[in-house]
Amino acid sequence: MQEAMIKRAVQLLADGTVNRVMGWKRGEFVYDITPAVFTTAEELEKDFVCDDFTQANLSKYLVKESRKEGKILAFLKPCDTYSFNQLVKEHRIIRENVYVIGIPGGPKLDIEKIKAKGITGILSVENENYTLKIETIYGTETMPFSEAVSGKCSGCKSKKHVAYDELIGDDGEVLDSNRFDMVAKLENMTSQERFDFWRGELSKCIRCNACRNVCPACTCENCVFDNPKSGIDQKAAADSFEEKMFHIIRAFHVAGRCTDCGECSRVCPQNIPLHLLNRKFIKDINELYGEYQAGADTTSRAPLNNYNADDCEPSVVHERGVE
Amino acid sequence: MQVNENFKPVIVAFCCNWCSYAGADLSGTNRLNYPANVKIIRVPCSCRVNPMFILRAFQKGADGVIICGCHPGDCHYTSGNYFTRRRITLLYSMLDFLGIERKRTRLEWVSAAEGAKFASVMEQFVSDVQKLGPNRRLEDLRCRKQ
Repeated sequence: MQEAMIKRAVQLLADGTVNRVMGWKRGEFVYDITPAVFTTAEELEKDFVCDDFTQANLSKYLVKESRKEGKILAFLKPCDTYSFNQLVKEHRIIRENVYVIGIPGGPKLDIEKIKAKGITGILSVENENYTLKIETIYGTETMPFSEAVSGKCSGCKSKKHVAYDELIGDDGEVLDSNRFDMVAKLENMTSQERFDFWRGELSKCIRCNACRNVCPACTCENCVFDNPKSGIDQKAAADSFEEKMFHIIRAFHVAGRCTDCGECSRVCPQNIPLHLLNRKFIKDINELYGEYQAGADTTSRAPLNNYNADDCEPSVVHERGVE
Repeated sequence: MQVNENFKPVIVAFCCNWCSYAGADLSGTNRLNYPANVKIIRVPCSCRVNPMFILRAFQKGADGVIICGCHPGDCHYTSGNYFTRRRITLLYSMLDFLGIERKRTRLEWVSAAEGAKFASVMEQFVSDVQKLGPNRRLEDLRCRKQ
């Protein structure tokens, strides 16, 4: 896989189709992967990686990259192509300046889940027939692949590429996922239980803004939360539920545009299940205004930019479920 | 549930300039009473109400927020309140999902001719919020005036 990708990238660089390549490179550890831009064949051969840890969605970087001179090559997984399409639709990415190669998606691995098994000093992780062989400085460990699958891959919605110029590997299908199960479970709790759940989760928030910075739907140049007059800016926490406004509004600002790529929860250093807020909006939109998948195409109207004269009244949300 | 009779909730009402604000005016000229806890904020259209306004009101200590607009189909700007309806439905659903008391938020359609409806809606809403007690879940202590 990785060899085929490097080979094709080198070809495209050589024939002048593109002058840069967007991919991933390794950091200090094997699992420490960071998005990177390559400009020469030597760099590609030395640093380019695509393995079980290359989870990062590259679409957001293309907002800036597609405005630079020349064409850029980007490798996109199926979930990333939805974000890409959504950004093209919003005129954030200049489509002509990007050459997209679709690559097969996950499931990818979450290093935290491996570390949670008490495995430390990891040198390398090999996948042999869905058993992970983990070399550490203390010896070799094994664990089942399925137990280390990243949270964003376990509820995979689609293996189909919705935007590409060419494919490496095969295209997949839209899947029948169980991604709304947790949302439905919360909806069936009582109001007090839900409040306790979310207070517990959101009290961990340190407002590092990683979720905002990684989100492919959050591409405003000036964010409403960077407001020194808000009265809460630069002030220490006073209670345990104080960052709710940030999370509610952030989820609302991406409602109808969120493709459910799961990056927010992946990057959260406190492991807050932020994707549940976005999925709640997606679930509500699907139930109240008809099935809608953001990024599946570049022409349809987003549900919040649209209306029907016979839409339901807000009171319906107060009539269903448990108080 | 014990109700504190002395508790005076702070209610923020966002009223559309063309219908509900005129409705509130009519209830005044008709000498109808509605509770003095209601603080009206006039907006050009109910769809001017950014979800952030609502949360900001709660953050700064409001106990209930109500949005009033023209009846669907009667919007001065043709379609504004249809967008409001979708937006507010999703926002209220989210607040409910986070365990905020349902009766703290409300949306009502009040036309310029419905002075009596305005007064009765406010009466009802204030008494609902009074039963719930002060808003603790959405308040932000950092915004409290020293």
